[in-house]
Amino acid sequence: MNNKGFGRRILTSPYIVWSAIFVIVPLLIMVYFALTDNNGIFTIQNLQGIGKYKKAFGLSILYAVIATVITLVISYPMAYFMTKMNISSQRMIMMIVMLPMWTNFLIRTYSWITILANKGIINTVLNRLGFHTLRLINTPGAVILGMVYDFIPYMILPIYSVMCKIDNSLLEAASDLGSNGFSRLRRVIIPLSVPGVISGITMVFVPSVSTFYISQKLGGNKTLLIGDAIEYLFNAGPDFYNIASALSLVLMVMILICLAVMNKFTNEDDGGVII
Amino acid sequence: MEKKNIVELKDVFVSLGGETVLDGLNLSIEDKEFITLLGPSGCGKTTTLRIIAGFLNPDKGEIFFEDRKFNGVPAYKRQVNTIFQRYALFPHLNVYENVAFGLRVKKTPEKEIKKQVSEMLSLVNLSGFEKRHIDTLSGGQQQRVAIARAIANRPKVLLLDEPLAALDLKLRKDMQKELRRIQRQLGITFIFVTHDQEEALTMSDRVVVMDKGRIQQVGTPQDIYNEPKNAFVADFIGESNILDGIMKKDYEVSFSGNTFKCLDKGFVDNENVDVVVRPEDVDIVPPDKGMLEGVVTSVAFLGVHYEIIVDIGGFKWMIQTTDKHNVNDKVGLIIEPDAIHIMKKSEYSGLYGDYSSYSEELDHLSDIIPEE
Repeated sequence: MNNKGFGRRILTSPYIVWSAIFVIVPLLIMVYFALTDNNGIFTIQNLQGIGKYKKAFGLSILYAVIATVITLVISYPMAYFMTKMNISSQRMIMMIVMLPMWTNFLIRTYSWITILANKGIINTVLNRLGFHTLRLINTPGAVILGMVYDFIPYMILPIYSVMCKIDNSLLEAASDLGSNGFSRLRRVIIPLSVPGVISGITMVFVPSVSTFYISQKLGGNKTLLIGDAIEYLFNAGPDFYNIASALSLVLMVMILICLAVMNKFTNEDDGGVII
Repeated sequence: MEKKNIVELKDVFVSLGGETVLDGLNLSIEDKEFITLLGPSGCGKTTTLRIIAGFLNPDKGEIFFEDRKFNGVPAYKRQVNTIFQRYALFPHLNVYENVAFGLRVKKTPEKEIKKQVSEMLSLVNLSGFEKRHIDTLSGGQQQRVAIARAIANRPKVLLLDEPLAALDLKLRKDMQKELRRIQRQLGITFIFVTHDQEEALTMSDRVVVMDKGRIQQVGTPQDIYNEPKNAFVADFIGESNILDGIMKKDYEVSFSGNTFKCLDKGFVDNENVDVVVRPEDVDIVPPDKGMLEGVVTSVAFLGVHYEIIVDIGGFKWMIQTTDKHNVNDKVGLIIEPDAIHIMKKSEYSGLYGDYSSYSEELDHLSDIIPEE
């Protein structure tokens, strides 16, 4: 082994040790719990038992898909118009996008309660104007709103950074070859921003599908998502660790399958995904 | 038969970021000619091209295309195509789709596209590369794809922005010939931008020499080389010794302490002029037989000939000769009347033409002109 390789190993070793302790080992513990019963004896009963949570799985995926689509629809045009602005405006908007991320995730979600509650800001204003109180909190809409709000920076950032890298001469070449604004968008900008879109989708979909806090605070107890189910089970005590681990394992496998499918999409097109 | 102008620029002014880039440019480009805009970086040649392409609108002045005013017509509506400096090929499309891009935008039928693309690819010798990805091509091949993509649209004018700058010398020479062949074969007007004077001379029907946003001279390569209008052109195109001289009367000029016969006339008697003598037009003879006498101060062997610097009364001449001379040799120079070219004094007088600071190394450094 030459010096360079040795140096590289030294420099990467803290990360390897870190990921072994805090990623690999917990994963193995989870797999162990998922595949054993309370007495530590191998069983697949836990996995068979997840049928009861079909609805929670379905709802989680549905909500996550809706939230991801909404974030994409908002973020893509926004990222596009950002790249058209002058540098100082771009920085300014970037700041505004990033700013909520400096506040704690729980506080950000909590603040929506005060906005959406029956006696919250929106309803107070509506009442003053003579309208009836709207039921905003504890609805599926509120949960999806929370997801969109919390995760939208993870959609804007990768799309924006990919769009920034599109060489202006490519757009000039397209208009030189007869493309008007719309055709440039369709034939050059969209295809070239696919990697950013894919990584944005991944970064929004994965946390959305496994979230529990947002649904509890903004959805009341009416919507049980899979993240909530796992949390309840773990809180219920050691007896339920095994079934909770099984749920986590299944969720993780599902997410990995989604990622693999998306990776395949981008690999066909060009390069790899930026995650 | 009078030639038709396809593109005309009238009194075009452009300033970018408060700096004047084009300063009252007037240029007529004839149909089907190969015209080259030549000049150092920052002279405005690329800007001129971008105005014709429609990427940039002039602050003042008019552009005509086939006698119709062209100001404000967006790039995508112009029958003009561009070959970009770094090709600007679409990385998400393969060779076939890159070439087909313009045709698809125009909603050409699939069958027609297929025919056109294969015709274009065979024109640039890239048949069989249809499915190849852009990143798997060499620089020369990418260049060919860029050419095919541009001419697939059958433009009336093709703009080429230093297309060969990124290629190595041998490939560049091949591509020069090939571009010339394609231009003749298709009968399209080519407007070519380069800072390489040799490229400009070998390829063009006409050369436009530019500096500081102004046209210094327009003419055939022979005109430009043999009859430069001012010291800038004389220095930029080839090597030149440029001396202060006095036009005694028609056909007689004095410089370097001697009076010479020449072929120029039409100056005021005793007018101060710039005198150009090309290094290859000077004959070296023994000191006592020359019209001028000097001492060799440096000798460089360049293969085909030697390049020697001769000091004559403090002015360093560059002379190209096939005979070997040594440093400190005393030599005589003979300058025939047809080797002398007289120019009017200009803002460039005195800036160029002496080889006192000349060294091989510096000369090569100055060849590497940074990209605009």
